[in-house]
Amino acid sequence: MQPTDIRKPDYFHKVVDCQWACPAHTQVPRYIRMIASGRYDDAYLLNWDSNVFPGILGRTCDRPCEPACRRGRVEENNGADVDKSRPEPVAICRLKRVAADNRSEDIEQRMRERLPDPVPGAERFRVACVGAGPSSLAVARDLAPLGYQVTVFEADAKGGGFMRTQVPRFRLPEHVIDEEVGYIFGLGVEFVGNRRIDSMRKLLDENYDAIFVGSGAPRGRDLHAPGRDEAAANIHLGIEWLASVYFGHVKSVGKRVIVLGGGNTAMDCCRSARRLGGDEVKVIVRSGYEEMKASPWEKEDAEHEGVKIINWLNPKSFVHENGKLTGMWFTPMRAEHDANGKRKLLPTGEPDRLIECDEVLIAVGQENAFPWIERDLGLEFDEWGLPKLDKLTLQSTNRKVFFGGDAAFGPKNIIWAVEHGHQAAASIHNLLQGEDVRQRPPPMTNLISQKMGIHEWSYDNDISVDERFVVPWAPKEKTLTNIHQEVELGFDVATAWKEAQRCLNCDVQTVFTKDICIECDACVDVCPMDCISFTTDGDEAELRERLTAPALNLAQDLYIGGPVKTGRVMAKDEDVCLHCGLCAERCPTGAWDMRKFLFAESYAGRGEDYSAKPAHKKVAA
Amino acid sequence: MTYLPKPKIHHPSLQRNRAGFIRRDYEGAISTLCAGCGHDSISAAIIQACWELDVQPHRVAKISGIGCSSKTPTYFLSASHGFNAVHGRMPSVLTGANLANRELMYLGISGDGDSASIGIGQFVHAIRRGVDMVYIVENNGVYGLTKGQFSATADAGSKSKKGAINNDAPIDMVGMALQLGASFVARGFSGDKAQLVPILKAAMSHKGASFVDVLSPCVAFNNHPGSTKSYDYVREHNHALCRMDFISKRDEITVDYPPGAVREVRQHDGSTLRLRKLPESHDTGDRVAAMNYLHECQARGEIVTGLLYVDPDAPDLHAHLETAPVAFNTLGEDELCPGAVRLESINAALR
Ligand SMILES: Cc1cc2nc3c(=O)[nH]c(=O)nc-3n(C[C@H](O)[C@H](O)[C@H](O)COP(=O)(O)OP(=O)(O)OC[C@H]3O[C@@H](n4cnc5c(N)ncnc54)[C@H](O)[C@@H]3O)c2cc1C
Ligand SMILES: Cc1ncc(C[n+]2csc(CCOP(=O)(O)OP(=O)(O)O)c2C)c(N)n1
Ligand code: SF4
Ligand code: SF4
Ligand code: SF4
Ligand SMILES: [Mg+2]
Repeated sequence: MQPTDIRKPDYFHKVVDCQWACPAHTQVPRYIRMIASGRYDDAYLLNWDSNVFPGILGRTCDRPCEPACRRGRVEENNGADVDKSRPEPVAICRLKRVAADNRSEDIEQRMRERLPDPVPGAERFRVACVGAGPSSLAVARDLAPLGYQVTVFEADAKGGGFMRTQVPRFRLPEHVIDEEVGYIFGLGVEFVGNRRIDSMRKLLDENYDAIFVGSGAPRGRDLHAPGRDEAAANIHLGIEWLASVYFGHVKSVGKRVIVLGGGNTAMDCCRSARRLGGDEVKVIVRSGYEEMKASPWEKEDAEHEGVKIINWLNPKSFVHENGKLTGMWFTPMRAEHDANGKRKLLPTGEPDRLIECDEVLIAVGQENAFPWIERDLGLEFDEWGLPKLDKLTLQSTNRKVFFGGDAAFGPKNIIWAVEHGHQAAASIHNLLQGEDVRQRPPPMTNLISQKMGIHEWSYDNDISVDERFVVPWAPKEKTLTNIHQEVELGFDVATAWKEAQRCLNCDVQTVFTKDICIECDACVDVCPMDCISFTTDGDEAELRERLTAPALNLAQDLYIGGPVKTGRVMAKDEDVCLHCGLCAERCPTGAWDMRKFLFAESYAGRGEDYSAKPAHKKVAA
Repeated sequence: MTYLPKPKIHHPSLQRNRAGFIRRDYEGAISTLCAGCGHDSISAAIIQACWELDVQPHRVAKISGIGCSSKTPTYFLSASHGFNAVHGRMPSVLTGANLANRELMYLGISGDGDSASIGIGQFVHAIRRGVDMVYIVENNGVYGLTKGQFSATADAGSKSKKGAINNDAPIDMVGMALQLGASFVARGFSGDKAQLVPILKAAMSHKGASFVDVLSPCVAFNNHPGSTKSYDYVREHNHALCRMDFISKRDEITVDYPPGAVREVRQHDGSTLRLRKLPESHDTGDRVAAMNYLHECQARGEIVTGLLYVDPDAPDLHAHLETAPVAFNTLGEDELCPGAVRLESINAALR
């Protein structure tokens, strides 16, 4: 195999599983270390820089980082009782909330100190954002400090988008939204609430230099089945209903509620219904439990609150008595895989089932809709009604118009909306500066030895064997009677410290220098995870089989160093390395070193001299 | 050395052996030897060999003398019995323990200083008596623990770290073991576990006195140019006599080799030693040939490694002495103290 070129930023970035998986590439291990050392403001601001809404995301993020977290793989077949081991990632998301919960009062002041310098002349340009969801707000956050005049138009009175109107208050208190949306408006962004943009043509006529569309995917998919229209008074589209709950138009619900659908919206619907008078709340899903789109923890939370999840039932019709809903018929289903492995749902042939209910919430999907964008503006849409975009720049076929968030590629989540915001802001900045819109400044990277002494490292390399800590909850009597009562209470500082210790510091990289290796095998022998091998070279597939421990996780790279003096190569499987540094402590020659890898995505106007910007100079490692 | 203990977490793919253990269960405390010391690799090879052989740790006794090498039993098999004897006295303590309990596996761990200088008399007699043990000398050519004085195995003409030349003739412990009647004699190199692990497994399965000399560079005091026990020197001058596979009684013998390509030795316990690339001229059952080969290699400036000699059916000390067939701790008071009448009859027989 070719020796690994560790100068390529992607190589070590990929080893930092969480950061690599985060759409916004948040520097996770770094902020976890900050939390462990009580530097909550630094942790908060590091998050704020990448993901803009640490307090909101620390409660609601879809957390793609957690399934990716190495800790989950490392704990496999380990633990006190190996046969019952329950591998769990680090509670990355909930640690983020700890930073938010413990930040100081004057955080906004500190935020300003770390903002990038304005770009001379930027104030000449006007940028309009449609919608005040997370994507638009991220565009505004990136562009306003550079000096651009940013105006955000929002149909609702307040900013926040679905974070405010869809995500229920028992998961996300309103003050958290107010604070974090407020920070952005405080940067000199003009917010125009209660103003629905009803014509793109008119907006273009106002001669904005760039327009960002962050209007979301506002339409709930309906379920057309017999009885739907007759019983309409007791049947609601999930997202409309949740918005009505938020605005206070809906204050109660029938005793027996059926929620149709298996995604996160269904989970918010059923849990809200439990709080508004629904005693018997059932989530009914066409397919199996495992395949439901809702995150595992949301399903658990719902079940914990007494919601029943019933799988393999396909809705057939609504039953009503003179327009009053009384129940629904369902057909039992099963899955079948055809020759190509494609899954089909087929009726089992068992008799249909009637489930009685007073109210139905339909949460079977969301759709995009752009009724306000005229189709003769040179702004093209594809066959699914989505705008045609450059995937990197998010630029539409009208060069001044950019899309992001749920409006770009259909419904996703907050963290993707934020990342779209960063990319669109970078594109808009380039456009306005007369640069190539596709150009992206390289990320800021850095690799610094952590060696302090023979056995001293400037990071804590002692590996905790603790299992994941559980976030405390408010008592059910409280949460189920008050829809505004937040369920999760967040880690206290002491538990947060312990949870932070579970982080493996995957950004502290093992770096191998072939010329000084004497092939003593000390690193091979000491490595607790059998990561390291010295062996004859071969092609990757074959090499992976014959290492000290087989390297079967193909998603993780082999680090190849060498050839060493005997002509063999050093092959390190990155998969389950603990970053404990024992290899480097044991190496007599320093051929292994532990080096902290910094990877910072570059945002609008923060290019090559990124590190020189105050934002980064002031945050120590 | 390392301050932190090795984390308990292990690779998810580690398998349990027939004794119910994963390899990590055979480890000991974290080593306090110098980083890169060959001795640590030997410990790792012992751990691997014991795991592969499904050894029950509580059926092993590790006995050592004094030296860095003699410290290593702390770093493997923490669930086994152990005794750290005074300098050079490992063989007599081991012999005594073995006489009392013949059912344990004895690992005698020593160094070239411990065995070739102060303990040479003990070494000589334990070998010639045929004590059932694996006698491992972790050979670095120096007294590592006392900061690198030449040991008795240092080659004449080799240079110390400070530049002094050794003028004394070396003791070759492999040659001595052959001459003294060891029934299993091999040499390994700490930097070649592919060779060392099967040698250790074969030695552990061998009944009788097994002697294994393992070249084990001292990174702190004997790994410089001019040393003949450095990683580089041993690698450059290593002449591997043959490659050996250890096949336990249970393992199926599957691979077919063309005739003449391998030679197989069946050991007393039913295991098989398969010798590959053994020169036509060499017979591992011929003690004299082994001694000649050793000296020929030495004359050519080569360090011969691999299995030099094995007598699969050798008798051991217990056979020589016709001792009780079981461990003393399984005997009752009546058998251990047969009483005055029996004593009287023994005394009478001696009059
Ligand atoms: C019930 C529910 C729960 C969710 N829970 C989570 C969660 O826990 N975690 C997570 O990561 N994601 C969650 N999501 C998804 C997440 O809310 C969205 O992916 C995200 O908010 C999309 O952001 P956006 O920037 O595209 O704008 P949106 O948040 O969709 O906001 C769009 C805004 O634009 C405004 N707007 C639309 N058209 C116009 C117009 N013409 N003129 C002016 N204003 C306009 C709307 O009023 C709205 O405020 C959830 C979604 C739903 C439906
Ligand atoms: C009776 C006695 N004499 C001398 C010593 C000092 N001493 C300690 S270790 C050692 C030599 C050890 O050499 P070796 O067996 O080769 O072990 P190494 O450290 O090289 O592995 C000596 C002479 C001692 N501890 N006890
Ligand atoms: S840091 Fe080194 S010793 Fe620790 S697990 Fe990774 S490769 Fe092994
Ligand atoms: S410990 Fe260092 S010198 Fe020894 S084999 Fe490993 S990298 Fe090479
Ligand atoms: S002094 Fe030599 S023999 Fe002793 S631990 Fe250090 S390297 Fe090993
Ligand atoms: Mg020595």
